Amino acid sequence: MRDDFSETTHFKMDKAQPRLLDNTGQGIVGAPLDRPDGPLKVSGTAPYAADVLPTGCLHGVLVRATISRGKVTAVDKGSLAGVEGVVDVITDPRMIRNPAQGMAGEAPVQTGDEVHYHGQPIALVVAESFETARDAAHRLKVTYEAEDGVAVTPDTAEQEVGDPDTAGDFNAAYDGAAVKVDLDYFSPSHVAAPMEPHAAVAEWTGNQLVLRSALQMVRFNKLEVADSLGISPDAVRILAPYVGGGFGSKLGIGPEAIAACIAAQKLGRPVRVVMSRQTVFDSVLRRSETAQRVRLGATKDGRIVALSHDDRVSNIQGEGFAEPVSQASQFLYGADGLSFQQTVARPAMTPSGSVRAPGEAVGMIAFEAAVDELAEKLGMDPLELRLKNIPDTHPMDGRPYSARRLADCLNDGAERFGWADRKMRREGDWLIGMGMASAARTNMLIESAARVRLTGTGAIVETDMTDIGTGTYAILGQIAAEMLGLSVEQVEVRLGDSDLPGASGSGGSFGASSAGSAVFMAAKTLREELAKRLGCEADDLTLSGGIARGGNVEKSLADLVDSEMVAEATIEGGKTAKESFSAGFGAHFAEVAVNEWTGEVRVRRMLGVMAMGRILNEKTARSQALGGMVWGLGSALHEEMMNDTRDGHVVTRDLANYHVASHLDVPRDMKVVFLEERDDEANPIQSKGIGELGISGAGAAILNAIAHATGKRVRTIPALPDRVIEAMES
Amino acid sequence: MQTKLTVNGEAQTVEHDPRATLLDTLRDGLGLSGTKKGCDHGQCGACTVLLDGERVNSCLCLTAMHDGQEVTTIEGIGSPDKLSALQKAFVEKDGYQCGYCTPGQIMSATALLQEMQKGQASYVSDDLEVPKLTDDEMAERMSGNLCRCSAYPLIREAIAMVADQENEGAQA
Repeated sequence: MRDDFSETTHFKMDKAQPRLLDNTGQGIVGAPLDRPDGPLKVSGTAPYAADVLPTGCLHGVLVRATISRGKVTAVDKGSLAGVEGVVDVITDPRMIRNPAQGMAGEAPVQTGDEVHYHGQPIALVVAESFETARDAAHRLKVTYEAEDGVAVTPDTAEQEVGDPDTAGDFNAAYDGAAVKVDLDYFSPSHVAAPMEPHAAVAEWTGNQLVLRSALQMVRFNKLEVADSLGISPDAVRILAPYVGGGFGSKLGIGPEAIAACIAAQKLGRPVRVVMSRQTVFDSVLRRSETAQRVRLGATKDGRIVALSHDDRVSNIQGEGFAEPVSQASQFLYGADGLSFQQTVARPAMTPSGSVRAPGEAVGMIAFEAAVDELAEKLGMDPLELRLKNIPDTHPMDGRPYSARRLADCLNDGAERFGWADRKMRREGDWLIGMGMASAARTNMLIESAARVRLTGTGAIVETDMTDIGTGTYAILGQIAAEMLGLSVEQVEVRLGDSDLPGASGSGGSFGASSAGSAVFMAAKTLREELAKRLGCEADDLTLSGGIARGGNVEKSLADLVDSEMVAEATIEGGKTAKESFSAGFGAHFAEVAVNEWTGEVRVRRMLGVMAMGRILNEKTARSQALGGMVWGLGSALHEEMMNDTRDGHVVTRDLANYHVASHLDVPRDMKVVFLEERDDEANPIQSKGIGELGISGAGAAILNAIAHATGKRVRTIPALPDRVIEAMES
Repeated sequence: MQTKLTVNGEAQTVEHDPRATLLDTLRDGLGLSGTKKGCDHGQCGACTVLLDGERVNSCLCLTAMHDGQEVTTIEGIGSPDKLSALQKAFVEKDGYQCGYCTPGQIMSATALLQEMQKGQASYVSDDLEVPKLTDDEMAERMSGNLCRCSAYPLIREAIAMVADQENEGAQA
């Protein structure tokens, strides 16, 4: 088919955009439609990375280092003599130490024969069968030269103390404050633990590589593969049409993928490498543990005048990422003096990186618990204290907020949850309490491209954007259908192929808005061309049911489109992000029951009220928000990665020892309410991120409910029974 | 070595490594990749299948130990254009997100409804003779299936919807 129209546009978000999606009139964007990929997922036919096994495929199993730091002196292939079916043992200087950080677009650290942490992948055993590869990986004899006196805990490692970010004079304001709190909090390392372990199938045809892998950011991953292998990005094609969860852990290319690529090229056969669950724990980026200190000073009537949130996190040498713990504390409430200081420890431990809502996920648990403690000291309702301290402009730089309905969310949530009747009560051995917290998460627009192809009977959306469970297939189809007057059934969405226009990828809750805006801009170009062909102004064009109307003329799409109209659009952030500050806001409420003898905490119900710009699909948005709230519950009550303090190795390296929330932990009464909002400064579809706002603050609401129930504070999470009992007995 | 299995109603003789799990045999030997591997240690439930009608974690089953037995996988429950009531309900209620644990959740839920029909009580049943499908009952019986996207409340809504439909059907 020959295109009868083809245009490429580039758009920069330099000023607030009109709300075209409020005038297209189809009611498709926002509607709670089923996911188009649903039937494939529920029937087990959606192809995830490890599901496609090419003919002649070999199986690789990664071997991990068992020292904390040092050198591999020998990998004894002879130790596998007699193990039938072993094809090769791959060690290669191009292998990577850990997954790339999000949006790196270049190779992560390549260590050669060096070991930087216990659990680092150091070799790949390749065999004809998975069973043989697994057996051989256990048998493989590796000798090391281990370094002595390696610091493997954050406390004992080198500390890099950063300069504080400040506004006003914190010390003066704090000294002069009538009521103060100065509190320490601790959170352990967390892992993303998506249900699909990291997986890759690499296949070469000559010098062309096709890599099927579980990845969130295909545009960046392609560059990371090319840079790791030392080849041109043009030689790399990545396919990731279905990804079994990411939560940050699949932002960057992983060790299993690079090892698979190297092995497949060397051996001339396709190679599949799937990380064992234990390897996922050992070598995929964790969320750093945190030690946090929150100091708040207020006037007697509850105006916060001094606000400080300092933290100590950890990451291995050579990684630029540091969990941005105080991110939300810097813009949620105002004060005369603010100060935020971060220290990064450098232990030989599994490197850290982005895990769902880096910063807010753990930072807000401490910060919003501290705000509650201040309210207690003031003798004020925690809700009232929060409402009283909502600032007019960004406290650190004076930027105006874009859309921000924090107060509405707090009030609406309080009303729905029955906050006014909040009273600690007892039911037998159970102490019942209610808690709340604000929710906040920064919002971003990341460069993203998409192509929309329109024929007389339907449209195809093409982008390398991924759907990691977030609902991308659904929402991109809805945006295109809404804009082009089609039904969602008439729109096909093609994702996760690096040959397609490069999107933001899924991360930082910016995927839907960024990739969605690119689809919107491409469809807008098509609308303008259709208006021209119809002979009306673009503003007067109505598209619905495959019919175009405007200026008293009416034509079917089939009459307007000869063969195929193609528009590709790229969008990137611009001046609006500098001139205003965009974030999602909300309020979390929780009711818990605490057993006074065992310290067990059961969450009875939760409510999240959120304003996050335009909702693109009410059903998938709700799922994202709910999932985030359950993560909040998990971090407040269950999740704790433990490392051996002698060698740093991960002790809780499977799902029996690292406790993600299960059915029994999660009450049926989990409500999500979206308040109507449009964020005109955020992007042309006026939407904001969702998946991470759900977690940000949710855990704090639970901790605050525990405090309400017991009258005592747990400041080390998770609030396991022993910690709750210890607090109750203090 | 060889093992005879009846998979989704079809008699098969599979050639496999003696160490192969039923999960790997299904996925790699028979190409039934709908059954997922999440942990390979019986901790997540993504690999749930029915073995002679009872749900099991197929990663904990050695293929060689199940000669002559009957296996039902997600592919035997329904296909994209012919979904079972539970599969439809998961789509309607959005009882999933990434979809990776979903086949296991649906296999478990399929078995759960059968267990209820047989009147099998659980640790949380109030009435051991005639257990009722309360939300606690569902949560207890589904807790072997982890969902990191955390669609739990919606998964249980989907199961409850199908249970209600079945009850109405039985009463009609």
